Amino acid sequence: MNEFTVPILFSVIIGTLSRIYMFRTDYRQYPTYPHGMIIHLALGFIAAALGALVVPSIMSEEFTAVTFLTLAASQFREVRNMERKTLTEMDTLELVPRGASYIEGIAVTFEGRNYLVIFISFVTSLAYLSLNVWASLVAAVLSFLVARKYMTGSKLGKIAYIEHSTLSFEGAGLYVDNIYIMNIGIPERQEEILKHGLGFVISPKNFDARMTIGNLGQRQAILHDLAISLGVYRDSGTPALVPLIKRDLDDGRIGVFILPQNNNVELAKKIISQVPTLENAIRMPTETKEKGSDQS
Amino acid sequence: MILEKAILAAITDSVHKVPVGANVFVCDTKAEMDKVAAELEAILDGIAHKLSNDVYIIVKH
Repeated sequence: MNEFTVPILFSVIIGTLSRIYMFRTDYRQYPTYPHGMIIHLALGFIAAALGALVVPSIMSEEFTAVTFLTLAASQFREVRNMERKTLTEMDTLELVPRGASYIEGIAVTFEGRNYLVIFISFVTSLAYLSLNVWASLVAAVLSFLVARKYMTGSKLGKIAYIEHSTLSFEGAGLYVDNIYIMNIGIPERQEEILKHGLGFVISPKNFDARMTIGNLGQRQAILHDLAISLGVYRDSGTPALVPLIKRDLDDGRIGVFILPQNNNVELAKKIISQVPTLENAIRMPTETKEKGSDQS
Repeated sequence: MILEKAILAAITDSVHKVPVGANVFVCDTKAEMDKVAAELEAILDGIAHKLSNDVYIIVKH
């Protein structure tokens, strides 16, 4: 035991607890498996330990010791690869897949949360060693609030309006509002679709959102979330019943067609508005400088 | 072999309207066409699209 033992232990505990809090096993996150959870808890513990050690190593003038943080970076990049690989492999077995963009988003989140843990335990140990235990508690709570702010991304409901719309057939063409979805030939299938299907039109609130909701990965994420929450009326080998999203080229609205098992329209609208806007789908064409490339 | 976007079969009641080279199923009535198209859709894991009143095609997507 030396003067650093208690502060380090304290920060490691705070860091690990914050990682546990960040586990939100909801309908879309994947660690619903106890073993997946243990892997991430262990990594969270390692991240907390790394963050807690920074300040003591500087105080004892072991500056080179800080280089172990580079270890952390490569270690946690591996977490992202691991998540991406697992989810991609599982995705082939989903009735409505997540899509590569959604998987990448989840994988990046897993990596990012470990860095948040490093940050929290670093701030906690800094406050403990430079002030006292109460200050470190306050610092832990504050950094925790900052982390929580960064943990939750934007939702689709913020950038677009969601309306329920009717499905209709013009000849063999299936339409949501006036957006063409696909050609369904057999009358029996058409009846099935009209009976079980739901249609929604998502209209962007501004030009940036128009590009974002047009992204194929973002569209797949909407379908996946809907299918996970409401169930889906299809099986393997029934491609005619695959939920689809098509775009109106004139105004950027997208038409969502899905055959859910639970036909609750209000719930479906709520789910669509809660779909995360994927980080890699966000486009901001309006941010482009007027003079173009010579401004960069 | 993995097929992407291919016409697997065509179902028709007027044989001169379908492309040469596809597997053509000639039917006598519209009701028979619907039935054959539904069966083929299930067997081939494709979607039955209606090109006109006389022609269905089964397409792998």
